[in-house]
Amino acid sequence: MSDTTISQGWFTSLANPTRFLALSGRVLPYLATAAVLSLLVGLYMSFAAPEDYQQGITVRIMFIHVPAAWLAMMCYSVMAIASIGTLVWRHPLADVAAKTALPIGAAFTFLSLLTGSLWGRPMWGTWWVWDARLTSVFVLFLMYLGLMALHKAMDDPARAARPAAVLTLVGFINIPIIKFSVEWWNTLHQPASVIRLDGPTIHPTMLYPLLVMALAYTLIFFTLHLMAMRNEILRRRVQTMRRQAAQAIGGGR
Amino acid sequence: MMSHEAFVFLSYGATALTLAGLLIGIVLDGRARRRELAELEAQGVRRRSEPAGEAN
Repeated sequence: MSDTTISQGWFTSLANPTRFLALSGRVLPYLATAAVLSLLVGLYMSFAAPEDYQQGITVRIMFIHVPAAWLAMMCYSVMAIASIGTLVWRHPLADVAAKTALPIGAAFTFLSLLTGSLWGRPMWGTWWVWDARLTSVFVLFLMYLGLMALHKAMDDPARAARPAAVLTLVGFINIPIIKFSVEWWNTLHQPASVIRLDGPTIHPTMLYPLLVMALAYTLIFFTLHLMAMRNEILRRRVQTMRRQAAQAIGGGR
Repeated sequence: MMSHEAFVFLSYGATALTLAGLLIGIVLDGRARRRELAELEAQGVRRRSEPAGEAN
């Protein structure tokens, strides 16, 4: 048996919801513990970091604002990959993954907008401007809400899966727009200072807390996402069982 | 105009509330789904794909 066959077999076995429930049940406690520990370390480092010589204490908002913005985009990227799984391979868990990532992504996008606004007021002198970065992130938030509404509009998850997957992939065009908006257009929002071709421009005393908080947010995302996926599998199982019970009663008449 | 400390406090507070709300919502949703599943199983409803004796 080749390595490819083994990896395909392992991947395919994950597509079985019962196996996924068993495996995720074993992984979740470790993931949740790692998320809490990294968050505690990240918070300690964030408040131990020096204040900025220009921004003062408000620079501490960066440690929660920037990871929230990264996760808002990462969550949408996870949904886009899952949507490919729905459309191309019809992977049973792909739609579950895409659907359950929605409220989590919406929450991170909301937090990035809110904390950005709370940082912008003392530093820029305004809560909000319609510049390219802020507007494109606001569009991302609306896309999350729109996709959630699409799922709510259809009772049968199987019917919502394909249109939601197509819409998610169309909306993915917004992710590079968000990333490069600060380079393509003249914005009040500052250009990238961490993920740059010439390396980060932030001093290590602030870069390391930021990276640890980003790791913590990523682990929080995967913990919440796995939990939500397990709930969605159970929800669909309950739906199926109720339908079968109703059909059995109808067939018995 | 609020102090800079107030902006920091509001940012961290809102983040904590939002993430806690998300976690509580997911935990409560999970409990409700497991309760529904247990009720159906107590009524003797089984999934067609479920082999005899499997209980999840």
